[in-house]
Amino acid sequence: MAAVFPFSAIVGQDDMKLALLIAAVDQSVGGVLVMGDRGTGKSTAVRALAALLPPMPVVRGCPYNCDPAKTAEGCVSGCTYRDAKTKPASISIPVVDLPLGATEDRVVGALDLEKVLAHGERAFEPGLLARAHRGFLYIDEVNLLEDHLVDLLLDVAASGENVVEREGLSIRHPAKFVLVGSGNPEEGELRPQLLDRFGLSLEVRTPTDLKTRVEVVRRRDDFERDPAAFVEKWQPEEQKVVKKIQNGRKRVANVDVPDAALERAAEICIALGTDGLRGELTLIRAARALAAIEGKKAVTDVQLRAVAPTALRHRLRRDPLDESGSTARLDRVLVEVFDREGAAA
Amino acid sequence: MIAFASALDQIPDGPPPAPGASSAPSAPSAAELEDRTAWPDALLAATIVAVDPAGVGGVVVRSFPGPVRDRWMACVTGLFPKSVPVRRVPLHVTDDRLLGGLDLAATLRSGRPVAERGLLVEADGGVLILAMAERAEASSVARLTATLDTGEVAVERDGFALRHPSRFGVIALDEGVDWEERPTAGLRDRLGLHLDLSDVSVREADVSVAPFDLAAIANARGLLAQVTIEDDLVEALCGTALALGVESLRASGLAVRVARIHAALCGVSAVRAEDATAAARLVLGPRATRLPMPEPEEQPEPEAQSSEPEQPPNPPDDPANEPPADSTENETQSQTPQQDLDKPLEDQVLEAAEAAIPLGLLAMLQADTRRRAAGSTGGKAGAAQIVQRGGRPMGSRRGELKPGVRVAVLDTLRVAAPWQRLRRLEISQAEASNTDVSPRVLVRPDDIRVTRFKRRRGTVTIFAVDASGSASLNRLAEAKGAVELLLADCYVRRDEVALISFRGAGAEVLLPPTRSLTRAKRQLGVLPGGGGTPLAAGIDAAAVLAERIVKQGRSVSLVFLIDGRPNVGRDGLGGRERAQADADDAARQIAISGFPALVVDMSARPQPASRTLAGIMKAVYLPLPRADSRTLSRAVQAATTGA
Repeated sequence: MAAVFPFSAIVGQDDMKLALLIAAVDQSVGGVLVMGDRGTGKSTAVRALAALLPPMPVVRGCPYNCDPAKTAEGCVSGCTYRDAKTKPASISIPVVDLPLGATEDRVVGALDLEKVLAHGERAFEPGLLARAHRGFLYIDEVNLLEDHLVDLLLDVAASGENVVEREGLSIRHPAKFVLVGSGNPEEGELRPQLLDRFGLSLEVRTPTDLKTRVEVVRRRDDFERDPAAFVEKWQPEEQKVVKKIQNGRKRVANVDVPDAALERAAEICIALGTDGLRGELTLIRAARALAAIEGKKAVTDVQLRAVAPTALRHRLRRDPLDESGSTARLDRVLVEVFDREGAAA
Repeated sequence: MIAFASALDQIPDGPPPAPGASSAPSAPSAAELEDRTAWPDALLAATIVAVDPAGVGGVVVRSFPGPVRDRWMACVTGLFPKSVPVRRVPLHVTDDRLLGGLDLAATLRSGRPVAERGLLVEADGGVLILAMAERAEASSVARLTATLDTGEVAVERDGFALRHPSRFGVIALDEGVDWEERPTAGLRDRLGLHLDLSDVSVREADVSVAPFDLAAIANARGLLAQVTIEDDLVEALCGTALALGVESLRASGLAVRVARIHAALCGVSAVRAEDATAAARLVLGPRATRLPMPEPEEQPEPEAQSSEPEQPPNPPDDPANEPPADSTENETQSQTPQQDLDKPLEDQVLEAAEAAIPLGLLAMLQADTRRRAAGSTGGKAGAAQIVQRGGRPMGSRRGELKPGVRVAVLDTLRVAAPWQRLRRLEISQAEASNTDVSPRVLVRPDDIRVTRFKRRRGTVTIFAVDASGSASLNRLAEAKGAVELLLADCYVRRDEVALISFRGAGAEVLLPPTRSLTRAKRQLGVLPGGGGTPLAAGIDAAAVLAERIVKQGRSVSLVFLIDGRPNVGRDGLGGRERAQADADDAARQIAISGFPALVVDMSARPQPASRTLAGIMKAVYLPLPRADSRTLSRAVQAATTGA
């Protein structure tokens, strides 16, 4: 891929851009799922984000992107790269594409064929999951992903560890990544288990007003005519986003989450009847990341309310046959929780 | 859309007739009009794609195979330089061939993994011809569109992690019979030019001289990057797209691109109004989903309207939730008559696009709205097979090297390993001089092991619903609850569902097999009702669909929701006795085919005739008023997993 369409040049789609920034600032919010109309720049946005992520330190030469700050225990057994003498390397946070048609051996890793065939040696060739460790794993057309790969991803995403027991190999290595998926709901539905894996979920629509549409077409055309010049032109804007992410990442650990905010999050989740704690946790983390992006010191209702739809919509107890209902229910609950309180205070 | 009862009305090649029948303009003159422009436009499209195949994405050519299409293909391929690759993608292409993978022969020969390039890589800089695009598998098409989007082929297969830059145009040959059968929406969206050659006569296609010669094309290639387009023209194209209900922004972008190519072909470096009109005609016209000016008597039938609110790209009669688009549209409407005054540019462009609106748009629209509501995105014939492909590998078996099989390399090597010393010895005896260059591993055909896949067979549950006047689906809470329960059950099991309704004189497939249960429910919610109860037609329709599904290698189960006794026979005429006899006969066919079935009797008082019918069908019978949700769920389990 030569030039990538700049993130900041994407017209509108603020929800999508914000959700991606939140995930970039705090990777623990869990993945982002973007479903929606064709040609709305879903995959463009994800691929553009990759160019804006800050670097991270890794053990030099380690194919599993191990964190030098951590002990060797977290790493694959017998990791030979971790050595007190070698200085850690710095790579940009990886965004690994899982292309359609990928075979299982390339996803989880397998015997290194070259070594087997050429030297009769049995060595492990790490797969995409190893490359995505501590970064992002992106699946375009996620709803077209073959079932056996979905199972595999669910397994790894749940345990944060990739265990390979095949072809006489027995390897386990850490694989913690942010799952980012995009697709068009008309092509097929997503398995509910996979849906739950995403921290944030949102739907994008084609803009319908002429002005926005003209702007989208115009920028796209400018980009295609001269990608280099276009990227150059947007560089200052892109740098602003880079700064935003970097500052956010720096600040996020220090953002205060007061008890009031925790209670409010619990209140929303109870009112919505979301199952489990994951929703509440994601809600708080996403709100905290948003506060960090905005440069706020503490999480308030403003952030909670802003992220609640993306953090919770896909967690409402599912009536698989009623999709418009969940949005309406969410809006109603949010109004109830926030506005009633506001009126009283 | 398969209208069983009105099969005779079907025009085999073209849009189905509008059930409303109010939309038959003076056909001959319109046909003449179409005839005049279709072929010259097709030739123009050929030159445009020749200038920048990757830029315009490509062409969808709708036509049966025949001399007209052959001539067009010869014309378009003749416009490319000899060095440009033209590759053909076969219908059931494997990932190995499409994306590339391990070249086993070369690998074994050289003793180290050798990658094979796939068609998507080979087509770089040229054109990929997708034969029978309407039947292409959704999974293959998705790989293709991913390459169109990113300009590279990502291969993560067989131990290889490769990225090949690749940019090409696609010529999708669409041989669909009805409007249901066509390439996937994702593909149509990305290919800029849509042609319909089905009405072009051979005589007309005699003249196959492209409007621009090779020199002009070569010149245009060089000029293209410098061609600029003014904002007002971009706006005119975008406005036209909105007025015609072309929602996707890709289409507008492609129209701009085509306008620039057209200008480059004409040797000018700034897009003029005529370039924009040409682009609107070629790109936007064929994609129109509504007419810019609503004419009262030509408005869609109520039933089409009732299914509209599901789709945000609303028709002109639904101004509520799309104010900006609509205001544009109103502008356009008010301006069209007075021309040349306020926004002549947009009018010109719009008019051009209107000229290219396919014949019988209204008829098509009707099919299309229903189709969209039904959630089919085209390419269904291919999507059908997606479930069967791949799957989890489960061991390997002895096999031979032939296309389509996946060689289990490691198992093969494992088998070959013990014999190595012996084979080496044999070779060294045979040709003593050659030992040092012999491969490290000696594999014989006998060693080859191929991977076996565990296939998950997809199941399709067909709901055949009585939508007649007596139908209680809309009035009985139990019936609604029952359907939702059944659907939820399908959801849990990841089944696909299909929906057939029968009423009046016949039955029709409202929803071809889909995984989108949301749509199934919506469709049920707006089920058009009224008329008699042609139960036999309903059962027949379900049987035809079921057979098709079984032929595709999937399993099927049938759920009939019936209400009251049938009163319309197979011939579409009334008469209870005749109707009942026909229904019983149809039920017998189901029993013979052995499809597992469930008959849910929704009527207020369960009918003995319905029970008998279920018996003939060898189906589980379920009188609704007495069925609580648990019974129902159990019954579905029994009926659909058993047998």
